[in-house]
Amino acid sequence: MARTAVLGRLTWQVGTVAEIRDETAAARTIIVDLPDWPGHEPGQHVDVRLTAPDGYSTQRSYSIASAPDGKRLELTVQRLDDGEVSPYLTQVLEPGYPLELRGPIGGWFVWDPASTGPVLLVAGGSGVVPLMSMIRTRDTSASTAPFRLLYSVRTAEAAFYTAELAERATTRDGLDVSYVYTRTAPPGSALPTGRISAGVLAAGGVTFAGPASAGYSRDAPPAVFICGPTSFVEAAANLLLQAGHDTSMIKTERFGPSGG
Amino acid sequence: MITPLDGNVLAGPLGELFAVDITSAMGQCASCGARNPMAMARVYTDAPGMVARCRSCDAVILRLVRAAGRAWLDMSGISSLQLRMSSE
Repeated sequence: MARTAVLGRLTWQVGTVAEIRDETAAARTIIVDLPDWPGHEPGQHVDVRLTAPDGYSTQRSYSIASAPDGKRLELTVQRLDDGEVSPYLTQVLEPGYPLELRGPIGGWFVWDPASTGPVLLVAGGSGVVPLMSMIRTRDTSASTAPFRLLYSVRTAEAAFYTAELAERATTRDGLDVSYVYTRTAPPGSALPTGRISAGVLAAGGVTFAGPASAGYSRDAPPAVFICGPTSFVEAAANLLLQAGHDTSMIKTERFGPSGG
Repeated sequence: MITPLDGNVLAGPLGELFAVDITSAMGQCASCGARNPMAMARVYTDAPGMVARCRSCDAVILRLVRAAGRAWLDMSGISSLQLRMSSE
């Protein structure tokens, strides 16, 4: 954490889009090569700036999805149809195009791969992106920290990284992935359909161990990372506090309607 | 209703001004004395600038307005910052 903190002030740099991958009908992963990238920690974000020929420019923040990987970076961007930046990134941008960004940004909502304690990741919609960076970094750093992802998403079709998460959960010990479908659940879903609730947390095993659950031990409470829209983060954080998680163990990252 | 973001959103704009990450610092509210990570402040971005409020007492702790060629920063709502430094 301290290493990136002393790199100096943020400045803009221009990278080149190497590859683009569809995640869902409305989201794409953009893979960028940045000659001057200093590296990042899982959970950090970047600012992307677009500049029009007339000089008008606007910027948005996007979480980094990839594990640290030299001069290469992956961003997953959800298209907001009335947005100013995301329609360009998801519909116009092509491999070979330049992309201006600055980062890495933020030293608080990060997971340290050297820590061995359990980790609970709670994602609402595209809030899964910085948490995916943590999951990928757990594997690239050969960490054995117990990870659990609770991913709230409207439908199975709207979920990011589905195949990769299933593959990692199958092939790696200590990674557990559960979906909470808020609108339509595919057949065989383990958790009840609907918004995250005390019942969902209990069924997902993310409360503290009691007679009826195989949850966490109070001796080793998990570091909790919650990311999603403001209303989701508020609800999830309050539910976890009620379930006995301590406020000092919970880190949140909200993104609001001003995005896009 | 205007929904606030959290202090993480200040990291980019403040990173233009400071060489250390202010959002991972502990900030003491000048109004109520509570010490919280700056990343946990409630931040309103709907104003012409950004306004951060104490998560404990809701007092304004920081205001930042960025315009072409200049930035205006008011941190009078923070009595002290404790920053994490790399070990010497």
